[in-house]
Amino acid sequence: MFDSSSIIVGLEIGTSKVCAVVGEMNDDGALNIIGVGQARTRGVRKGEIIDARAVEEDVRHAIVEAEQMADVEIRSVYLGVTGGHIRGFNNRGVHPVVSADREISDEDVLDVVKNAKAINLPQDNTVLHAIRQHFLVDGHDGVTDPVGMLGARLEVDVHVVHGHLNRLQNAIRVVKGMQLEVNEVVFNGLASSLAVLSNEQKELGALVIDIGGGTTDYVVYCGGVIKHTGVLAVGGDHVTNDLAFGLKVPQGRAEQLKIENGSALVDDAVKGQTMNITSELGLPLNTVNLEHLRRIMAMRLEEGFQLIAQDLAPAGLLEYLRAGVFLCGGGARIPEIARLAEQVLELPVTIGKTSSVSGLKSTLDQPEFATAIGLVRFGSFKFRKREVRPTLGQNLKSVFSKLLPR
Amino acid sequence: MDPENTSQPVPPVEARKRAVTIFGVGTAGITMAGQLASEDFTGAKLVALNTDHSVVATGSEMIHLEGKLLRGLGTGGDPERGRGLAEEHFQRLKTTCAGVEVVFLLAGLGGGTGTGVCPVLARAARESGALVLAFVTLPFVCEGNQRQRLARQGLDELTTVADGVICLPHQMAAKLLDEHAGFADTFRASAQLLIEGLRGVWRLLMHRGLIEIHFAELCAVLRAGHGESCFATVESAGLGRATATIEKLSAHPLLDGGQALAGAETVLVSLLGGPDLAMADVNRVMSELNEHCPKSRIIMGAAVDESFRDRLAVTIIATGRPAVSAKREPSKPEKAGLPTSMPGFETELLHPTKPERPGSRHLPPAPALSLEQREQILAQQTGKSGRARKPGPRMKQITLPLDIVNKGRFDKSEPTIHKGEDLDLPTYVRRGVALN
Repeated sequence: MFDSSSIIVGLEIGTSKVCAVVGEMNDDGALNIIGVGQARTRGVRKGEIIDARAVEEDVRHAIVEAEQMADVEIRSVYLGVTGGHIRGFNNRGVHPVVSADREISDEDVLDVVKNAKAINLPQDNTVLHAIRQHFLVDGHDGVTDPVGMLGARLEVDVHVVHGHLNRLQNAIRVVKGMQLEVNEVVFNGLASSLAVLSNEQKELGALVIDIGGGTTDYVVYCGGVIKHTGVLAVGGDHVTNDLAFGLKVPQGRAEQLKIENGSALVDDAVKGQTMNITSELGLPLNTVNLEHLRRIMAMRLEEGFQLIAQDLAPAGLLEYLRAGVFLCGGGARIPEIARLAEQVLELPVTIGKTSSVSGLKSTLDQPEFATAIGLVRFGSFKFRKREVRPTLGQNLKSVFSKLLPR
Repeated sequence: MDPENTSQPVPPVEARKRAVTIFGVGTAGITMAGQLASEDFTGAKLVALNTDHSVVATGSEMIHLEGKLLRGLGTGGDPERGRGLAEEHFQRLKTTCAGVEVVFLLAGLGGGTGTGVCPVLARAARESGALVLAFVTLPFVCEGNQRQRLARQGLDELTTVADGVICLPHQMAAKLLDEHAGFADTFRASAQLLIEGLRGVWRLLMHRGLIEIHFAELCAVLRAGHGESCFATVESAGLGRATATIEKLSAHPLLDGGQALAGAETVLVSLLGGPDLAMADVNRVMSELNEHCPKSRIIMGAAVDESFRDRLAVTIIATGRPAVSAKREPSKPEKAGLPTSMPGFETELLHPTKPERPGSRHLPPAPALSLEQREQILAQQTGKSGRARKPGPRMKQITLPLDIVNKGRFDKSEPTIHKGEDLDLPTYVRRGVALN
């Protein structure tokens, strides 16, 4: 453990790339990004590891690169996870306040949160996060810190994110197999939202959509707390795959076409246009209709947003998003994607930028690093907490100093 | 004008008088026509047409095409001989069709007579001034490539000469029944399905509509499909019949659980009800359909017939179905075992109706029932139809193996299923958007 050190590392094993971000906490608790390492992944599909050995190699590359850049030794990481098996839902825990004076103590709060976490999950599933939303004291809503208040009944709303234990373990095992400590496992969508949103935006209500290679993770904030999380196991890979099928080109070529000629909207200028694909030797291979390319992409991306909208609609969450929608992840780089999202979701859409962290400007501005930066930020919260708690040594010191007055 | 046609008793009030002849061509066609003879097709003349004496047609006039070459032995599975024979008797065919307004052809493609004679007969009928609608079956896959190819060729030819072709691959009917279904049963089931389709078109033509679908419109729809049209006819009665109809449609095996509709370019809907046909009923059926095929052109027709009091019959002909549909892995049995997955096509069960003897023998029970109840209903249906079929027919949602979408890099991974849709398949394929 590196309690003494102020280095925090976020590691995201994504479907298309492994990304390690090194952050440093300075003395006033501000976070500074000092290093980034990334490597292309092989062996991850839809956010889940299918070839552990290949992934291990890729993670090592990324970590080494980050270590070199930041000039530190990485010993532990905050690990981001995702996958179609991850689900989120809201739950409420109840706890009667039994003390004689009806004052709510720290223990009561711990108990009520514990109760809220005790949920009936499918057998193989485990709770990834149980995020507090609000406390209710005797049915009064909207209490953020009930300690010291008077009441007979304490309730808490939590948002529980859970996933399949074995599948989560896969990622952890890969990292542990490299002699790296895993401080905590964090849902990617949550991490991205931490990187992209400011407190004010969380308060207003915002939707963060992280369009990754294999999955699309999304998180809804309302009134400063997480109201909804979800994973759609559809991402940039699907776009590539659709193009490969629709345009009858190999996957690698489809990926290249997507990056060079892709767009989320079919504009009139491209109608009827074709493009010749040539091999490395300059020989013509195939002719691709640009309009088809765009249409295939647009339909896939549009469907993704529609599915998210459908998921949020039953809870009426779309009406609460006053700060709008923030896109991040590699998918946010697709031209015109914000406009497409605006059309589908009927909300203001912006590309999310990391604003609350200082450091390498080039890294912070890139939407695909949002998750890894968010992981570092998540770590910094934990770090602060840890710092507040005096260590055993400090405790003893204070005891002794009390006992032995000079 | 044929004396038999004109001497027919006056049809019901709203029914229209039209000189119609139904031809059963070849062994398969005659068998189908025989099945037809036992049903109620008032006003139609049935003609059986064959090249040998193997089948005896019941309840219909018989025409034998005989040539010197064949010595009464039939075509021997060679369409060219069938064609030659038909050309030889062209004048005779033409006179048979004289004065007839509409000619229906029933045939099984792939053999000698059906494949060879049908196009010629269709031409003869057209030349004598009749409209020609062909209802044909395609052979089983197991019958071999040769037969398939012949059938395809015959279908192509037929499409060019006939005004409309409705085609049903036998394989499709086979998939609707379970493994243990008799061979003959399968044929009969397939024929029955085709006859249902014919009945639907029949109604469409014979009843003067409130909103009329012209024959030309029907032909245009069928032509656009290049022979690949799918059809469904359902009938229900009693209170809440609109809801029941929607349910039956959504579960209809030939509509692929609604997938066929979603991808259809044109959907022709014909409603037939009694004088008590309510606007609300029409509205309900149509709004469901509209919801289900938002991108297709819907042609609607409605007719009223005195004899349809308290009943509602809906015929759907959808063309331009997508060339591809999701290939389901056969190893994974669907949860319900029934074609129930139909996103957005959920029907309310506000007015539960008693399941009547259905118009279609293959009426799948309401998906909302439990598996046992469903099997019970299916067993009852088979019992009523008076045929011993060992277990009740297992309805399976099937798709034609026309084109298989390769899932590419997601081939081996766990599929992403969202509300019954496999999201790994390209969106444009699932939505039936054509790229050309």
